[in-house]
Amino acid sequence: MISTTGKSAKELLAYYQAKLDEEAREAKAQGKLVCWSASVAPPELCVAMDIAMVYPETHAAGIGARKGALDMLEVADRHGYSVDCCSYGRVNIGYMELLKEEALTGQTPEALAKSPAARIPLPDLIITCNNICNTLLKWYENLAVELNIPCIVIDVPFNHTMPVPEYAKEYIADEFRHAISQLEVICGRPFDYNKFREVRHQTQRSIAQWNRIAAMSRYKPSPLNGFDLFNYMALVVCARSRDYAEITFKKFADELEEKLKKGQFAFKGAEKNRITWEGIAVWPYLGQTFKTLKAQGTIMTGSAYPNMWDLSYDADDESLHSMAEAYTRTYINTCLENKVSTLLNIMENGQCDGVVYHLNRSCKLMSFLNVETAELIQEKNGLPYVSFDGDQTDPRNFAPAQYDTRVQTLSEMMEQSTGTES
Amino acid sequence: MRNVETILAQFKEIAANPRQAVADYRSETGKGAIGIMPIYAPEELVHATGYLPVGLWGGNQSINQARTYLPPFACSVMQQVMELECQGAFNDLAAVVFSVPCDTLKCMSQKWKGTSPVLVFTHPQNRGLESANRFLVEEYTRLQSRLEEITGVKISNAALENSIRVYNENRAALREFVRLAADYPQFVGAVSRHAVFKARQFMEKSRHTALVRELIGALTAQPLQPWSGKRVVVSGILLEPDGLLELFDELKLAIVDDDLAQESRQLRVDVQEGNEAPLYRLARVWQRMYGCSVATDTKKLRGKMLIEMAQKTGADAVIAAMMKFCDPEEWDYPIYFDELEKKGVRNLMIEVDQGATSFEQARTRLQSLAELL
Repeated sequence: MISTTGKSAKELLAYYQAKLDEEAREAKAQGKLVCWSASVAPPELCVAMDIAMVYPETHAAGIGARKGALDMLEVADRHGYSVDCCSYGRVNIGYMELLKEEALTGQTPEALAKSPAARIPLPDLIITCNNICNTLLKWYENLAVELNIPCIVIDVPFNHTMPVPEYAKEYIADEFRHAISQLEVICGRPFDYNKFREVRHQTQRSIAQWNRIAAMSRYKPSPLNGFDLFNYMALVVCARSRDYAEITFKKFADELEEKLKKGQFAFKGAEKNRITWEGIAVWPYLGQTFKTLKAQGTIMTGSAYPNMWDLSYDADDESLHSMAEAYTRTYINTCLENKVSTLLNIMENGQCDGVVYHLNRSCKLMSFLNVETAELIQEKNGLPYVSFDGDQTDPRNFAPAQYDTRVQTLSEMMEQSTGTES
Repeated sequence: MRNVETILAQFKEIAANPRQAVADYRSETGKGAIGIMPIYAPEELVHATGYLPVGLWGGNQSINQARTYLPPFACSVMQQVMELECQGAFNDLAAVVFSVPCDTLKCMSQKWKGTSPVLVFTHPQNRGLESANRFLVEEYTRLQSRLEEITGVKISNAALENSIRVYNENRAALREFVRLAADYPQFVGAVSRHAVFKARQFMEKSRHTALVRELIGALTAQPLQPWSGKRVVVSGILLEPDGLLELFDELKLAIVDDDLAQESRQLRVDVQEGNEAPLYRLARVWQRMYGCSVATDTKKLRGKMLIEMAQKTGADAVIAAMMKFCDPEEWDYPIYFDELEKKGVRNLMIEVDQGATSFEQARTRLQSLAELL
């Protein structure tokens, strides 16, 4: 094992990301179980059973960022998937079909061989949770049938009324207990309740460090470049129940505090405006979307998207109601009123001057309330906003020129309003 | 005794005039109507208040105002509902009952543009668990008390049991109609068949049952005749507008069974009799639902169901009526398509856009299918 001391947070991030993939491949090679998981499904249950975890959304985002999405999308297209289906889902289905073909024929398909994606093994089981969309139910149904493997479902009913009612927590906690009995059957051994408690505590330590990072954007100027959260997100998704996330996030938060003390800021004195980014990143154009903002001196200091992994709960609560509540209260799984108040908080904490809304062709749940959200937020805080058309991983649905124009417009509006204020 | 044609004309008249149906109901009973959004709701609860449950399954408008609130990649039925909301078409409703089994419906439930109160409830998706039933009973309990507040009617167990009986009888009558429509395609074409279902959304159910029974009587009085056309099963959210259905009639494609959310999926599961409380039995309907894209099923038995439907009815093909931009249906399609192919069941996908005015693409596709069969 390579020593992690002396490594920067950035190095740790790369190191642990690679290590997680390696562990999954090793587990597969040794005949141990591999689970594919939805990004905000509870990993605590599988990690307690030493199951290697792989996260298709993160994997798909990585493929998108490395410009490898189109090949996978084409495979999904050949298998009858409409371009209307989520591009994370289609990239993953495409990748899964290639892995399946390889497993069945012993030949590596060309598209798989030349893919820039990190190699991941096929799963032995999958776990999904609909706290970020019901697409994750449909997508995982298909994986379960295509691969003929067990699927654990953690259904968190849409919270049309907040706060989360007790009977919803009771139902979700019962699903955790059901998942435990499913895992006992799948693994052929009793569930490790002691490890489960430890894993819950570990998860809380990771989340605490994650929240420390996110909180750094409250400083003006900000030592944190909000877009960095999009990169570090990989570990809050894939390793929050392991110490990998805690170690990396602690290091990053320490680095940021150090920078703050030294007066070193993300934009080195060029921070003119601060925005909230609402929606998923445009992974194939992550660099461009960032650079356009930066060119205007606009820094992202708030986003509810990485904030979805603020899964704080009472790790000692054996009823699991607290954990249930954490997994169901995801802001996009709640009523509009709660969604708006979450975003208002984020804007206030990040001292934001405006919002960029991503109208994401792949994500109906994170798009169809954008108009109402934007109007309500502007009513409350009077800050300007713009919207652009994009997609999380299908590069064909993003037009750089439109994005650039919209961002420039926003920056003019923000300058006007901040100018008026001063 | 009225003939088949006259009775079908009455269904069509009602189906085409929901506003009139609501006005007639109000003048007869003094009570108003409550909207029922797609896809599934315990309508029996609304019926038990004496208000008229009215299905809000879109229309055939050109989309203008809705563009402000929904991007083009929202399904056409929700575009239509949004357009009607913006026009104030639903403002006479005492309330709107909203289920949220897909991401689009979750959003729609939070952005109602009309003036009626919106009563949202969530279906649990881990449907095999008893705790899911308990959760849904709680949701229905909340819904019941909101309905009682709004209508001023206390829903008694007796009234609810009566409504359950009325709905079970209605479902049974319609299932019988579906079987008969397959036997008498000369009398019940695709347009007429749909009108019988569509009228159901705007009629008090015991009246609808009576009219369906009358139709059944008139149909069975006719001699069976050989059918020179082909027989198909259709699957999807809905098959509208009439212009699309007319192609089926024109090409002599008889719809011998359907798996449409707007039609037979509404009849698939009855409320069971038994000693349990009525809300619990209503909740169990969701647990027992199958073959629907918004009812989670990790075994995905829809393909198997469609194959059985085709075999049982002797259908020549299965037609996937794909609602544009409906991702739950789009996710199901590759799986059941493969299964149909493997079983050698001929199949075809056509796109459904509720607001469509031209059907040339569907015509070409359906025509080639009809020629192939």
